[in-house]
Amino acid sequence: MNPVNYLYLAALLFTIGAVGVLIRRNAIVVFMCVELMLNACNLAFVTFSRMHGNLDGQIIAFFTMVVAAAEVVVGLAIIVSVFRSRHSASVDDASLMKL
Amino acid sequence: MSALAAYATSTGEAFQFWILGTVAVIGALCTILMRKAVHSALCLAGTMIILAVFYLANGAYFLGIVQIVVYTGAIMMLFLFVVMLVGVTAADSVKETIKGQRWWAAACGLGFGVLLFAGIGNASLDEFTGLGAANTAHGGNVEGLATLIFTKYVFAFEITGALLITASVGAMVLTHRERTERARTQRELAERRVREGKHLPPLPAPGVYARHNAVDVPGLLPDGTPSELTVISTLRERGQVRDVSAEALADLKALEQRSAERLGRGRDEAREGKEATR
Amino acid sequence: MDNLIALLIAAPLLGAAVLLCGGRRLDKTGHWLGTLLAAVSFATAVALFADMLGKGADDRAMHQRLFSWIPVEGFQADIAFQLDQLSMTFVLLITGVGTLIHVYSIGYMEHDERRRRFFGYLNLFVAAMLLLVLADNYLLLYFGWEGVGLASYLLIGFWQHKPSAATAAKKAFLVNRVGDIGLSIAIMLMFTTFGTFAFGPVLASAENATEGKLTAIGLMLLLAACGKSAQVPLQSWLGDAMEGPTPVSALIHAATMVTAGVYLIVRSADIFNAAPDAQLVVTIVGAVTLLFGAIVGCAKDDIKKALAGSTMSQIGYMILAAGLGPVGYVFAIMHLVTHGFFKAGLFLGAGSVMHGMNDEVDMRKYGGLRKYMPVTFITFGLGYLAIIGFPGLSGFFSKDKIIEAAFAKGGTEGWILGAVTLLGAAVTAYYMTRVMLMTFFGEKRWQPDADGRPPHPHESPKSMLVPMILLAVGSVGGGAVFEFSGFTEWLEPVTGFDHGHAPISAAAVTAATVAVMVIGVGLAYLQYGRKPVPVVAPRGSLLTRAARRDLLQDDLNHAVFVTGGTHLTRSLVYVDHTLVDGVVNGTAASVGGLSGRLRKLQNGYVRSYAVSMLGGTAVLIAATLLMRAV
Repeated sequence: MNPVNYLYLAALLFTIGAVGVLIRRNAIVVFMCVELMLNACNLAFVTFSRMHGNLDGQIIAFFTMVVAAAEVVVGLAIIVSVFRSRHSASVDDASLMKL
Repeated sequence: MSALAAYATSTGEAFQFWILGTVAVIGALCTILMRKAVHSALCLAGTMIILAVFYLANGAYFLGIVQIVVYTGAIMMLFLFVVMLVGVTAADSVKETIKGQRWWAAACGLGFGVLLFAGIGNASLDEFTGLGAANTAHGGNVEGLATLIFTKYVFAFEITGALLITASVGAMVLTHRERTERARTQRELAERRVREGKHLPPLPAPGVYARHNAVDVPGLLPDGTPSELTVISTLRERGQVRDVSAEALADLKALEQRSAERLGRGRDEAREGKEATR
Repeated sequence: MDNLIALLIAAPLLGAAVLLCGGRRLDKTGHWLGTLLAAVSFATAVALFADMLGKGADDRAMHQRLFSWIPVEGFQADIAFQLDQLSMTFVLLITGVGTLIHVYSIGYMEHDERRRRFFGYLNLFVAAMLLLVLADNYLLLYFGWEGVGLASYLLIGFWQHKPSAATAAKKAFLVNRVGDIGLSIAIMLMFTTFGTFAFGPVLASAENATEGKLTAIGLMLLLAACGKSAQVPLQSWLGDAMEGPTPVSALIHAATMVTAGVYLIVRSADIFNAAPDAQLVVTIVGAVTLLFGAIVGCAKDDIKKALAGSTMSQIGYMILAAGLGPVGYVFAIMHLVTHGFFKAGLFLGAGSVMHGMNDEVDMRKYGGLRKYMPVTFITFGLGYLAIIGFPGLSGFFSKDKIIEAAFAKGGTEGWILGAVTLLGAAVTAYYMTRVMLMTFFGEKRWQPDADGRPPHPHESPKSMLVPMILLAVGSVGGGAVFEFSGFTEWLEPVTGFDHGHAPISAAAVTAATVAVMVIGVGLAYLQYGRKPVPVVAPRGSLLTRAARRDLLQDDLNHAVFVTGGTHLTRSLVYVDHTLVDGVVNGTAASVGGLSGRLRKLQNGYVRSYAVSMLGGTAVLIAATLLMRAV
């Protein structure tokens, strides 16, 4: 098997995550889909690291994880505070910024 | 394994890829298709664990462990925690409210995926170096990563540290609510209750029966109807009150019938009673 | 003495400022102040005149430079004055007649509660007119030119409560603007041609410019002169200007301001001498106006309008003479001065008649007034004799010279112009005799006025009679004085003089002039002296009816300019509405419509935005792949 298949898998997971962001209304699930996309990227990075035979790809994946952790913390805090004020976790309910 | 990974993977890895890859895709699909957020979270956690295995298979041992410990262990649990906070059993409606959103999402997703696949297929990715040399250069994968992080990427590393601090402070700022007035004492609360005259005694307890001993089951009033007051307001708001009044009335009826038979009442009366209930 | 020139202007200007800013406390004394300051100006003029006579013919011109007005590199305009023989003649006429009319106005305007303001305007006019004739460059002349226009506007509309007066003032102002455009264009042309507009350099270097440019400048100057001097085709305002008080008609619209056009042409003599085409147009305009005014004067029953037609006609004579070149300049000015005397006298006489007849102006309602107003009759009669050219009186000398000069033009043109001037003399005699007979002879045709009061004709007060007498003396003696005191030699250094070659002898021309005058008087006597004058005007011939309407000038203007302008603006508005607005509104509407559709993309749903992000990313990837493929 050619390790390129890992890349195809990463692309598939990324696309699934992107579609999930588009079709789900629950902010938490949307967030999970974003995480899925990030993980797909990480998989691609790790595969590239293996292809090129150096560790830089893994470093990038590592940083991605750190940033994702930070993002999750802030994002979930936002979701919680939105839920507290609006009693809803639906992204469609926060649609005041329109013409 | 690293030696074999130079140009092609081993049969074992191929086998593992096809099995686990399928499971990962299924998990991802379940993540976006499950109606309950908690199910989605669990499916995602499964996908992530499989990804951790793939990291390990690709020679990224450190990342594989971190994926399990940090991602699956910490971040996903944080997700679950928030899901619990927001409402664990609340299921999303499947009805789409934005006109054409599904079609656009499907079209864009399909187009995007096809283009990604085309791009990967177009790229000349036949050369495969493998990680064997890189991993052994500094005495192992972890040591190699550490060397890079603390030399080449030390600034990025420091900055991500600052980012994490900022994120945690930000999360606290976002969720923290400043108390703008003094907390009321028990005495003041009691006085207010008397002044309003709504509920002087404590609220009634939820229904406790031989078969149901749960806070989400409302207590029944003397006529058999459930009283909302007996369930805590959080569950009421979420719509998670379990209505057992019909069951309870049926049970009551059965109990009365049995006791009547036991006490030697006539069958006719019992039959009349049955017809009356119909 | 040179420094006294500014005093000429300063005195009336001060009067205007004091009277117009002074307020009601000057109501009792204001007219005396105005008259005094006009007299001061006249006295200064006489002193300067005496000084000038003491000098040799060639160094009589005086200059006074006050300050630099517009000091720009390459564009220098000074407030500077030039007093030469030509200006001197005008200054004496303006201040002399002006002072007399100030005196006359004291009596004439006695019952007008805004008399102070009237004298302020009169002083303003005198100052502006003096500035016009004293300026040493065209730009300052233009300033005075506009100043007299303003004063004329204010005085025509002095009785602004009458709609007719307000309209007449507006009309005069507008028509004058047309002429003023000509003057401003002429000044601009001068600047581009000569680089300056001071009289000295411009006139000295006129020879060097191309004839085309000089013709253009000359025609523009003629347009200006037509506007100010009521020449065809810009003459329509003068008849209506008679809505102003009679002293105004006498001073501004007969004696001085309307002659500014003649001054302008004579002053620019060097330019016209070098542009024969422009000169020819000047003579044509003069000849046409001469007959035009005379015909209009024959038909009018309003005494002031009849005199206004006469003014137009007489200025036509002057313009014609000025167009003849050096042969005629001197006689144009000479006729201008004599006309200033007798026409002012005639207007003052008319004012005196109106004063005694409850402000009635229709001559058909006069008649037999000679017994009731003997002084007015005699002074008016002397002015009448002067204007028709009765031998020995002032009009005889000046008009006779112009007719001679017209013949001296030579060739067919000379014959035509001579014939026209002779015909004009006959018509002048006719219509002036008509005025005379209808006003002072025949039976009484008096009618009660609008309030039902029958008129009680009486002689006017002394303040009115004295100026009339003095002007009558000027009308009688002015011509002879000029003729025998060497007016030609006096003006020659400024305007140049040429005897020309008359095809017929001077005696023959004089005889012909007298003959046509007698014919004109006789015809008028047959029509108005022998037969009673009907109180209601008969229908009259087609020409009479047209002449009553100023030979349809107003109708022509209306048809060509008002109607044409209305159609032009309507079509422009249509183009503006459909084309310009259509483009603008169409752009706005299409942008608005597009925005309205694009706005639907801004639905506030973050998921919709995410779709566009994903779509955009897909497009980017597609583009990258395509670029690689290419």
